[in-house]
Amino acid sequence: MAVLGAIKPILTVGWDGDAAWRLRDYVQRGGYRALKRIIEERIPAAQVIDEVKKSGLRGRGGAGFPTGLKWSFMPRDPGEKYIVCNTDEGEPGTFKDRDILRCNPHSVIEGMVIAGYAVGAARGYNYIHGEIWELYQRFEEALDEAREAGFVGRNILGSDFCFELNAHHGYGAYVCGEESGLLESIEGKKGQPRFKPPFPAAVGLYGKPTTINNTETFSAVPFVLNMGPEAYLEAGKPNNAGTKLFPVSGHVNRPGNYEVPLGTPFPVLLELAGGVRGGRKLKACIPGGSSAPVLPAEVIMDCTMDYDSIGKAGSMMGSGAVIVMDETTCMVRALERLSYFYHEESCGQCTPCREGTRWLYDIVHRIEHGAGRPEDLDLLGDLTKNIMGRTVCALGDAAAMPVQGFLRHFRDEFLYHIEKGKCLVAPEVQRAGSTFFSATV
Amino acid sequence: MLDIEIDGKQLQVPPGSTVMEAARASGAYIPHFCYHKKLSIAANCRMCLVQVEKAPKPLPACATPVANGMKVFTHSALAVAAQRGVLEFLLINHPLDCPICDQGGECQLQDLAMGYGGTASRFRETKHVVLAKEAGPLISMREMSRCIHCTRCVRFGQEIAGVMELGMAHRNVHSEIQTFLGRSVDSELSGNMIDLCPVGALTSRPFRYSARSWELSRRQSVSPHDSLGTNLTVQVKNDRVLRVLPRENEEINECWISDKDRFSYEALNSPDRLEKPMIRVDGALREVEWNVALDYVAHALKDIAANHGAESIAALASPHSTAEELYLTQKLMRGLGSGNVDCRLRRCDFSSDGRRAGTPWLGMRISEIQDLNAALVVGSFLRKDHPLFAQRLRQLARKGGELSLVSVTGDDPLINLRARITVAPRDLVRALAGVVKAAAEQKGVAVPAGLEAVEPCEQARAVAASLVQDGKKAIFLGNVAEQLDQAGQLHALAAELSRLTGATLGFILDAANSVGGCVAGALPAGDGLNAREMFARPRKAYLLMGVEPEFDCADPGEAVAALGQADLVVAMGSFMSRAAQDYADALLPLAAFTETSGTYVSAEGRVQSVQGVCRPRGDARPGWKVLRVLGNVLELPGFGYESSEAVRDEFIPAGASFIENLDNGIDLPLAPISAASDDDGGLTRIADVPIHFADPLARRAASLQKTRDAAPPAAFLHPETLDRLGIAAETRVRVRQGSGEALLTARADAGVPPGCVRVAAAHAATASLGGMFGPIHVERA
Repeated sequence: MAVLGAIKPILTVGWDGDAAWRLRDYVQRGGYRALKRIIEERIPAAQVIDEVKKSGLRGRGGAGFPTGLKWSFMPRDPGEKYIVCNTDEGEPGTFKDRDILRCNPHSVIEGMVIAGYAVGAARGYNYIHGEIWELYQRFEEALDEAREAGFVGRNILGSDFCFELNAHHGYGAYVCGEESGLLESIEGKKGQPRFKPPFPAAVGLYGKPTTINNTETFSAVPFVLNMGPEAYLEAGKPNNAGTKLFPVSGHVNRPGNYEVPLGTPFPVLLELAGGVRGGRKLKACIPGGSSAPVLPAEVIMDCTMDYDSIGKAGSMMGSGAVIVMDETTCMVRALERLSYFYHEESCGQCTPCREGTRWLYDIVHRIEHGAGRPEDLDLLGDLTKNIMGRTVCALGDAAAMPVQGFLRHFRDEFLYHIEKGKCLVAPEVQRAGSTFFSATV
Repeated sequence: MLDIEIDGKQLQVPPGSTVMEAARASGAYIPHFCYHKKLSIAANCRMCLVQVEKAPKPLPACATPVANGMKVFTHSALAVAAQRGVLEFLLINHPLDCPICDQGGECQLQDLAMGYGGTASRFRETKHVVLAKEAGPLISMREMSRCIHCTRCVRFGQEIAGVMELGMAHRNVHSEIQTFLGRSVDSELSGNMIDLCPVGALTSRPFRYSARSWELSRRQSVSPHDSLGTNLTVQVKNDRVLRVLPRENEEINECWISDKDRFSYEALNSPDRLEKPMIRVDGALREVEWNVALDYVAHALKDIAANHGAESIAALASPHSTAEELYLTQKLMRGLGSGNVDCRLRRCDFSSDGRRAGTPWLGMRISEIQDLNAALVVGSFLRKDHPLFAQRLRQLARKGGELSLVSVTGDDPLINLRARITVAPRDLVRALAGVVKAAAEQKGVAVPAGLEAVEPCEQARAVAASLVQDGKKAIFLGNVAEQLDQAGQLHALAAELSRLTGATLGFILDAANSVGGCVAGALPAGDGLNAREMFARPRKAYLLMGVEPEFDCADPGEAVAALGQADLVVAMGSFMSRAAQDYADALLPLAAFTETSGTYVSAEGRVQSVQGVCRPRGDARPGWKVLRVLGNVLELPGFGYESSEAVRDEFIPAGASFIENLDNGIDLPLAPISAASDDDGGLTRIADVPIHFADPLARRAASLQKTRDAAPPAAFLHPETLDRLGIAAETRVRVRQGSGEALLTARADAGVPPGCVRVAAAHAATASLGGMFGPIHVERA
């Protein structure tokens, strides 16, 4: 994990060595201190929520919804409630949560137990997607350790607070990362998102009030409480509190997860990742997971990595997954691959997404393969409008936004494809930039 | 109440309403596919997107709750753009094969495409193809490419039929509605999915390609099958009934009908129809003209009355006949001087006759069932005997009401039960007595005399606990409870339970005119013989009204033997049967259901008169007319009717929509009950009447006869009983009752109580057997 210079990491401190994920290591690094303090000092649940609110921590799964506010939506009256952790990160480019489970699963456990305490839930589930089986097993092992040490289970640390935590694994459907599709999946049903409202805080898992947060969000909770909400807030910038993990992939020299404070300039992050591969020119960047609209180099280079700056630039920070593309990239081909993903992962439940995502892919596929028609670009624009905001869940939007982004900034490449039936970026240039081809040629 | 404005129109709706419901109330139409008022909200088709003031994007009307002061625009530019966009998506992978699609002309997608579709498609890609599915003999799933994935059929199975037989497999554009691997759609309510399907994906297999919807005339009718009084729309072309659909009536069948109601019309066009009067001449049946046949019958009846006395004549009438037919049958018999009339064909215990306070009935309105807090059904093959009663009870359980069953098999009602007792037929009285005793104990009142020795089991206590709680409760006696040889005692015990718990007592009753037959007086009069006695003490002459005694009677072997020895058997009916060719001396062809006017009085006492919707087949004539002429030929007084309405008005007050003075009270002392039955080690038969064998019409409906419910009878035994008898499952066995026997396959079924053999009645394979719940022998064949 490369963390350089003056940047002060929070979540990833001590992630070195093979035993960093063990309970002993975590406790040595100050783990479970927040939970102990809450239990020993009998801090009222409302105060815990208040501190999280004050810290300005925002959901790290993609939507960036304020975590403390989400917790405060849970009904106060006693009754069955659930805490659910979403470790079903399936969006292309996003690979931060699995490293959290790999290196620091106890921070997630502690965060979930604290959340259970704060909202009055006695049971939690961590939904881990099926492709990271060894991390699912690791999380189970970590859970065993925590249970044995009395951090999870009945009468936690001798108090009357009980919180049972279970891991649950899916089978890799992207749509199960949508919170209500995830709840359906835990219930043993087909992972199809539910219509909202009602939101999970009212009707969630098994019809009970449920708080569902991303892995990184839960992981940040103990640190927020330990360092104090003000300090956490100051680690980032106003409205963009704290630090965040940025999984950087694509055409960089050192792809990987980088924890930087929100508000860090994009060029700094790019430099941390070793710069553009082979010293080539940056062409574009998808700043927040594959559903975020792409930004051309000149725009992204002026951005700072936070919700506001990227939002202002016409994209979104989403999960923070940064996909870097250099000048050898054919943007039509890149969009074709993304559109294929969203078509394939649509759950098929609602009409605009089921039919629309396939239609989008069909058209982009045609353009890429030299069968584009002059009216195609207007049609694509029209279809994205007919999908966005008209589906049961956000997958429709996620499929439409990349198309809009690519067309907005790289329309000329699409037009070239349609007119000439071939790529604007010459095939030999594309091939030169591809590890796939350089390995085989 | 909440204020809402829809397209500028102000109205108030109750809290919890959706925008869709509010729009319906206001008269505004919002296009939709997946929304159905009787099903849960799926919000997946997105056709009902409307504009809501202050909402940034269009919202689905079906799933958006009304908020106070909400302003909705169903046809604003934003709403229409959204609706058009969705319709375009729905059409891109739809085959647009309307000219060869059975749904053409009555297709929601076709209609909405006219309203919201473009003139040309922008879709130039390859359409997605879905392969055909096999779903059984009633529903065709040949063209699943037409499916728009609204999941109405799936939700119907889960919520209304109680069993999920269709599901949506796979994801994205590869989503397909299909059956579970290797399974077909077997629910007795499955045909409703055809109605629910907004496109031509699920179509009626019997009706397919026989007519266009606009060629059919739609006529109102009422089902002649079970006692619900289901309202039907009968669709006719060229005097042939080609389709039967539900006619919505929220108080009776809602918008559903059973598959039997829907597909039994096929029998109307069957080659078995009796089209000419026939009389036996020199041992053979010959076709004759009506006047010859009626003269023959009248003279023969007069002769027998003169030579042997009128009491040597007996009449048996089917409770599936119209009330007018039932009334005139008994009037004719009274005119001849005989009181030997009955319409309770499968009853064998008549101990309650003369002790009932009135005509047995449901005890409440059908629409009240689903609002009960608790209900107990005693002795019923609930789903197969009464598919739509079962559906009402299912809704009761879904709403949190408690349903309990006390019956003779463990058949799955597809309802979550509060408690269930399954016992051998001879123990049914004891089981119900256990509930009565438990209820008395829980109420802290004296245990009724005679029940001292009874030991209530845990389940009996649970049933009692469910019935003694506050709220609306009911006890229903099913077909088995009426067919058992202890029917009177079951009635008396149920009445006692009703008295103890305050639950309403009701009879579900087996046929469309079970109540009507009693109201029409088609019951033994004076010292007249009842349905059992008239065969146990054979008569010289029998008049059969729509009955096929070889299938329809409690002891068909005894009935056919009695008919065989008689001098005269007059069979009036719509069908020729092989047995009738042996026993009948005169066959009078009657107009079938849909061909005659007449009245049905349902279990709830509702009077429903219908008109004939097409001409009778061949020379068949409406039963009331045949009986009128027969009365005239016999020179009996009072047979000068001009219309069936005139007949009806003689026994049902004109204009009455419900029969009054129905009463389930009984004055029959409880017989003492011992702690346990004396088990002599012998086997007892449990005879169900399979749903598609229950009446002459259903028996001849070709497609219904191909369903799983119409599988030939087998001998079902508890695995322990099979072991005790040394019989292996799936081997052939010989079952005997009296002199009758049948060769059947033995099957293991843990739902059959030990010591019992379940052998279906009403089927040719088992017609020679004896009583439905009598002793039976089983041996290896």
